[in-house]
Amino acid sequence: MYAYVLRRLAATIPVMLIVAVLVFLMLRLTPSDPAAIIAGDNANSEQVAEIRNRLGLDQPILTQFVIWMGKLLHGDLGESFFFKKQVAELIADRLEPTVSLALFTIVLAVAIAVPLGVLAAYRHGSWLDRIVMGFSVLGFSVPVFVIGYLLIYVFAIELNWLPVQGYQRIGQGVGGWLQRLILPAMTLSVVLIALIARITRTSVLEVMNEDYIRTARAKGQTESRVLVRHALANAAVPIVTVIGLGVAALIGGVVVTESVFTIPGLGRLTVDAVLARDYPTIQAVILLFSLAYVLINLLVDLTYTFFDPRIRY
Amino acid sequence: MSVEALPAEIAEVAPAARRPGTLRIVLRNPSVLIGATIVAFLAIVGVVAPWLGTIDPAEINPVFRNKKPGVERTIRGDDGKETAFVHRFGTDSLGRDVYSRVVYGARVSLIIGVTVAVLSVAVGLTIGLIAGYIRWLDGIIMRVMDGLMAIPAILLAMGVVSLSRAGLLAVVIAIVIPEIPRVVRLVRAIVLSIREEPYVEAAITVGTPTPLLLVRHVLPNTIAPLIVQGTFICGSAILIEAILSFLGIGIPPETPTWGNIMAEGRSLFRIHPHNIFYPGVCLAFAVLAINMLGDGLRDTLDPRFAKRV
Repeated sequence: MYAYVLRRLAATIPVMLIVAVLVFLMLRLTPSDPAAIIAGDNANSEQVAEIRNRLGLDQPILTQFVIWMGKLLHGDLGESFFFKKQVAELIADRLEPTVSLALFTIVLAVAIAVPLGVLAAYRHGSWLDRIVMGFSVLGFSVPVFVIGYLLIYVFAIELNWLPVQGYQRIGQGVGGWLQRLILPAMTLSVVLIALIARITRTSVLEVMNEDYIRTARAKGQTESRVLVRHALANAAVPIVTVIGLGVAALIGGVVVTESVFTIPGLGRLTVDAVLARDYPTIQAVILLFSLAYVLINLLVDLTYTFFDPRIRY
Repeated sequence: MSVEALPAEIAEVAPAARRPGTLRIVLRNPSVLIGATIVAFLAIVGVVAPWLGTIDPAEINPVFRNKKPGVERTIRGDDGKETAFVHRFGTDSLGRDVYSRVVYGARVSLIIGVTVAVLSVAVGLTIGLIAGYIRWLDGIIMRVMDGLMAIPAILLAMGVVSLSRAGLLAVVIAIVIPEIPRVVRLVRAIVLSIREEPYVEAAITVGTPTPLLLVRHVLPNTIAPLIVQGTFICGSAILIEAILSFLGIGIPPETPTWGNIMAEGRSLFRIHPHNIFYPGVCLAFAVLAINMLGDGLRDTLDPRFAKRV
């Protein structure tokens, strides 16, 4: 098992290395000179040359890459052009809102989608099944920000139940933190619910005809126990897989949702960085999100042994 | 292509009693029918936008700013005649007619969706064929594709957009790049399974040159899955364009796209939700229709693929 974990961890290194090369090349492909951007509009050519020398931009591209990677591995993500701060500091500052939102969303989505999917499979062909399936097609198609504004309009403006926008750090009180996360998390969970409910329904449907389900019923188990202990437990692997893949949609959604609800997280930072052409920050955010995506999917693979003990590594 | 355009010899060879044509089978599927109808409707709306009671979508009117839907005003034409005009969907904060912008927005969105789908399928097909047929390049290409796939699509698109000035071409390229690896993987998987088929081995045995082999035997097998994939790409491209424009990093704001109309409506959303509501509904409808079309096409054209997923 440990050997397998190590092997899988090692296998993510080439992928991340390629992501790093792509992200590095991205900056070199810019039509503009990073040194000139940092120097500002009033700099003379000597100042630009001085900055270029300081950043190592006058070195051959391979040397630059090695230096950049070396710094990266030491946690040095460079200095932001726009915020004039260390990128690592910027990111650390923006991490909490994004992680809160993402975790809250995943919990909410799983809590809603899995029971819905199981019920849809159990009442296969009923109106409930049709509603769940219809919702899952709809959930893929309605853009995140439209859902966000719809929820704001209904719950914050018309009903006045929840705050419209903003974020409160968890350190300043759990109540306010939770209150401000409900709408964004609901917004963001729609796509995930669509995705997870659909897969849950399909994979539960697949196992419902198995012999062990009939046996469980024959020995007099309650329907709910049959569904959870026998059907869902055996249908779990595709469900966790799709949750892992859904993280990509989640990350994309985070960027949009944070803009809709003005949450000062990594997504908002990404948009601001793109608007300001702040390349070190853009690079760092892309690397970070990709790493998170790859690692979460590795984690998902590792949970397979838990959900299906027949799988051995 | 119409039947008349077929070369004479092919038309002659066609058997007298034909099984129902592919088009007929496809059109019998309800989700294809519904999806295709809505998409066709939006395409027609996009084409005839100037004749749908619209005015210039870029025309700014400082007097008529932020008006509720249904407000009326008079327009003086070039000949000096005054006609009444109703802002059906209201006006935005620059006094532009939201109805006209939404109608013209259909045009831009569909153009982007189709362009992105065609480009990513074309590029992905080429790279996929190369990866599937040239062994030593396969490893390199697929590792690069793995790297691209590890970057969430919207972030990759945002990164590419940041490299150049905002414009239609930059946005199209930014949306195409994240879609390419998905097409490459699909094509490569098909090539790898097709090359084991007896008829391909037979073709190799009789000395068919590789390019001819690819065109004659491998390419036709990729058409159905690529049509399905292309449809889904079209839908997601429209969505990503709207997201980029909404965030203010997409197509320049004066161009009427659904994302831009919504971006413009953000600041005054509390008082004037219509600026977000109308384009949002259109966008959702368009993407829903395209996804339904894709689902239906997958079930009818590519049953093997439908079972796999």
